[in-house]
Amino acid sequence: MTQIPLTLQFVNLLASMLLLIVFAMLAQRRILSLINLFAWQGALLAVSTFVVAYTTHQHHLYYSAGLTLLLKVIVLPLLLHRLIRKLNVQWDVETLINIPTTMLVGIALVIFAFNLAAPISQLSEGITRGLIGIALASVLLSLLMMLTRRKAISQVVAFLSLENGLFFAATSATQGMPLVVELGIALDVLVATFIFGIFFFQIRETFDSLDITHMEKLKDD
Amino acid sequence: MENSVNLFAVLFQLTQLLLVVLAAPLLLGWVNQCQAWLQNRSGAGVLQPYRVLHKLFNKDAVLAHNASWLFRITPYIVFGCMWLAAAIIPILAVDLPFSRAADVIALVGVFALARIFIALAAMDIGTSFGTLGARREMLVSFLAEPALLMVLFTASMISHSTQLPRIVDALAHHQFVLYPSLAFASLAFAIVLLAENARIPVDNPSTHLELTMIHEAMILEYSARHLALIEWASSLKLFAYISIGIALFFPYGIIEVGNWAGLPLAILLLVVKLLLAGTALAVLEIVTAKMRIFRAPEFLGTAFLLAVLGLLIHFLLGA
Amino acid sequence: MFLPIDVACGVVLLWMLLGLVGLVLQNAPRYITTIIFPVGAIASLAVAASGLWVLGDVANVAVLPLGLPDLPFHLRLDALSGFFLILLGIASCGVSIYSSGYFRHMDGKTLGLLCFEYHLFLAGMVLVMLADDAYMFMVAWEVMALSSYFLVTTDHAIPDIRKAGFLYLLIAHVGAIAILLSFGVMQGGHGVSAYTFDTMRTAQMTPFWASVAFLLALFGFGAKAGVLPMHVWLPEAHPAAPSPVSALMSGVMLKTAIYGILRVTFDLLPTQLWWWGALALTLGLATAVFGVMFAAVQGDMKRLLAYSSIENIGLLLVGIGLTLIFHAYHNDALAALALAATLYHSLNHACFKSLLFVGTGSILHATGERNMGRLGGLIHAMPWTSVLMLVGVLAIAGMPPLNGFVSEWLLLQAFLLSPGLPNSYINMLVPVAAAVIALAAALAAYVMVKFYGVIFLGQRRESALEHAHDAGTMERAGMLWLAFACVGLGLAPVFILGQIDHVSQMLLGTQLGNSGGDWLFLTPVDTDRASYSPVYFLLAVATVMLLTTLLVRRLYHGRLRRGSAWDCGYPAQNARMQDTAEGFGQPIRRIFEPFFKIESELPSPFDVHPKYQGRTEDRLWFLLYMPIKQLTQMLSGWASLLQHGRIHLYLTYTFVTLIVLLIFV
Repeated sequence: MTQIPLTLQFVNLLASMLLLIVFAMLAQRRILSLINLFAWQGALLAVSTFVVAYTTHQHHLYYSAGLTLLLKVIVLPLLLHRLIRKLNVQWDVETLINIPTTMLVGIALVIFAFNLAAPISQLSEGITRGLIGIALASVLLSLLMMLTRRKAISQVVAFLSLENGLFFAATSATQGMPLVVELGIALDVLVATFIFGIFFFQIRETFDSLDITHMEKLKDD
Repeated sequence: MENSVNLFAVLFQLTQLLLVVLAAPLLLGWVNQCQAWLQNRSGAGVLQPYRVLHKLFNKDAVLAHNASWLFRITPYIVFGCMWLAAAIIPILAVDLPFSRAADVIALVGVFALARIFIALAAMDIGTSFGTLGARREMLVSFLAEPALLMVLFTASMISHSTQLPRIVDALAHHQFVLYPSLAFASLAFAIVLLAENARIPVDNPSTHLELTMIHEAMILEYSARHLALIEWASSLKLFAYISIGIALFFPYGIIEVGNWAGLPLAILLLVVKLLLAGTALAVLEIVTAKMRIFRAPEFLGTAFLLAVLGLLIHFLLGA
Repeated sequence: MFLPIDVACGVVLLWMLLGLVGLVLQNAPRYITTIIFPVGAIASLAVAASGLWVLGDVANVAVLPLGLPDLPFHLRLDALSGFFLILLGIASCGVSIYSSGYFRHMDGKTLGLLCFEYHLFLAGMVLVMLADDAYMFMVAWEVMALSSYFLVTTDHAIPDIRKAGFLYLLIAHVGAIAILLSFGVMQGGHGVSAYTFDTMRTAQMTPFWASVAFLLALFGFGAKAGVLPMHVWLPEAHPAAPSPVSALMSGVMLKTAIYGILRVTFDLLPTQLWWWGALALTLGLATAVFGVMFAAVQGDMKRLLAYSSIENIGLLLVGIGLTLIFHAYHNDALAALALAATLYHSLNHACFKSLLFVGTGSILHATGERNMGRLGGLIHAMPWTSVLMLVGVLAIAGMPPLNGFVSEWLLLQAFLLSPGLPNSYINMLVPVAAAVIALAAALAAYVMVKFYGVIFLGQRRESALEHAHDAGTMERAGMLWLAFACVGLGLAPVFILGQIDHVSQMLLGTQLGNSGGDWLFLTPVDTDRASYSPVYFLLAVATVMLLTTLLVRRLYHGRLRRGSAWDCGYPAQNARMQDTAEGFGQPIRRIFEPFFKIESELPSPFDVHPKYQGRTEDRLWFLLYMPIKQLTQMLSGWASLLQHGRIHLYLTYTFVTLIVLLIFV
């Protein structure tokens, strides 16, 4: 086995932990823990961005790491915490349909994602081949999470974790996007969260619940 | 490894054989003592398991009227299997000539053999508790065993060998590499360790409450020397599992082939590692709550999933 | 000058003769059991010897002056058939010895017929392995299928058994048609004489037609082996047959299907494609998990074993799939390892499954009960059977140092060595497959604890069990032989692998070898890579046990008292409070709930005599077979419209058909 530098090994480790967290989110029943897991995911992302910045000596990546830390580890989780306190759903436990099946589908998705990413990884240089695969896998898994969830908040968390996966792909594979783009995305995410927050209140006003199955009533017939 | 078994290696093997069988109750005592401290009790001291064993050996054995030969030989088989298991895991040095006879798959087989016998013995008397315990034990194990196998496979994939000494050699004595797959495996292994050694949250070693016990329900009918052997075997099993954990995830300090001079340091490091592992186990047990029996498959399913993911990650990242 | 094939043919003739003599001796059943079956057992040994003899030798061929005008019967004894003859010989020898004790109380007429069918069945299986042309193969295959059908329906007075027999016959024939079609594809329309296997070996085939032939063969042989979803006959037919017959069917007959798959895939077809392997692997995994899951919830001991056979067939198919994948990617060293695991497991399964099935026969004789919920505590009444069955149970559960473990070990090693295949999907399928295998193996241990624990251990669930008697001398001898085979195969893997190497040499062109070099250590790849020594293992455990016993006695004492079991303060405990088979399987039923079709009737709380009844059934039966059945009934309903009973109308049909044929031909 050819020896890869320790820092890249570290990024690899962080990447697999990212995957682990997505799996944990997929199986997590408690909304509160879900948000905490999201915060951890952000933290991992910040660390990995920092490491990539350090190895490639790209200064703008330091900013991006700081931004991630601020936004995804502190601001967004705090916002979400406040939101669930306000909505009084912090102790809610979701009934998940058949966790083992979801997990098996998850494993299949991971395999699929890696095979999909294999040709892309060969194009990019300087990184180990698995990173894009992991990023793609976590995007797909987040999508899966959105499919299996019934509560609006957990769907939003899934959406945010999807964005994390994309961000990870950007930093690890292409050594980061231009700072302007990143700032723009960060702002988007922040705004989106606010809007979602407002939506939650509206949904609850209308249906007396955050369960999105109630939305089925909205179709006209 | 050369075929001629040299004298040093045999000596190492014998040392370890004696060491594990004598030290295993001490480790259990240490875990119990840590728990006592954490619960603000003074505890019975780390030597308590030895006193219990001595007491049990002195007692007259009482067998149920319909106990068969299977019931009587099981403690010896279980003890023999566990001792063997603990003796072939490299904890001090990687030259253990006997471990060639049983690689990691056989190691899992040894655990399974002991488990089958103890479950059968539990059913032998025909009380409802015995069968209940046997059923639950097999329930826990049918998920824990493949998870353990997957953990060991991850390590064997990395080191291209299924022999534990080779695995440790590859992990400890070559250039330091971070293995993401081993991170997954270590988590899975921690769960398996808890489940297989009848610890909280899957089982509670100190309870005799009907609804919750698993391991204790199986050995309810044992007394005196039979019970002593089974208890000793349990402590050996805990020792073996912690040794596997050390060998796979913290192998640094295990000495290379024929390195006599490193032995004192290796022993010291081993003691420190064992004490730390024991403390960690105690803390883990204190902060978690026992789960319902039907949550256990889910918990163990997580371990299985983690282990499989670890193996997949190894294939994907090549590390 | 004798050749191995002469011995094998001689035994086939001898068996047929023995069967006929059995028919004649209907009025003296004592001679059938005391002479014919033991002689048959010795003949089995001769078959095994001929197989062993040919392994290191060149293939023998023979052409019989029988058969079709252009296609006389071709026979061939090569390494592959030799290996399976050994398997047949070892297993059938034990079963025949056992049968000579087991059938001794049977009435003469039934026994005479059974003796005939039994030996014809054995002869048919040997001929299947010897056949070297498609015609001979199909004839032997049908002899085997029909004789086993009559054996299954020995107790034809019972409607359920007739039904089971019919289902078996039906699926066996659907499978046979597929096999025949597969041969047809392989001979490629070159006339009758092209139906010899020799012509097929040299035939040129496009990958497409090769795939068609493979799929047909997989389907046909899979139906015989009980591969998902053609497994439904197996749990019906195996319990219905008398126990020695179940033993032969499960232990040996299923292996003829494995033999067939190997023969067609590796010997007759010119190419092997990787996706065949992936298909076989996936099917095998599904079959293995399915079989073991259903075995865990069975209450009938023979049904449980039948489902466990399905599991083992699944494992064998996984081995074949892995061999195919490696072979298709030209990694023949690994292919040899996977093939060795497959063949070894076939041999092992033949031994321990025969042992367990004949053991259930003894239990059935002693108690008249197949339902595990009415057994229990037999370890006291049947000491011999219980010890020998324990060997079988430990072997099938894959416990070291017995034989089941060795093949499992080899299979897992094959998985562990697999990375580096050029196809990344296959590469990732491998760890998942290894995980499923590990799961199936662990579940098998669960099943076997349940099987042994509920039948032999605990208290007697029925008072009638007090009068249970142990197996007779010949039955013991038969079981002892099979148990010895299990231990021997477990302790001497290096020798067995040496023999298997001849087969891999023939099919794959490589040998596995034992690189470690000495007979105590099994080191299939490399001494640093993996090694296992069952002898040392056994010695170590035995030494530790002995030492412990001695030390405990010496340092302390050996005093022992008997007392009552601890009743937890509830003195009214009785034997019915132990777990039944259903109770023991309950966790599995709960965890894998979506896979079962569970019907349970719960009593109402006010019931004076509450009765709980639960049935766990196979969903596939309802999803797959019932629609087919309905469709067939519908079609035959339409067809019956043509039937009026008037002869003029029938003549009109014939006339119209003739006209139509004349127009088109």
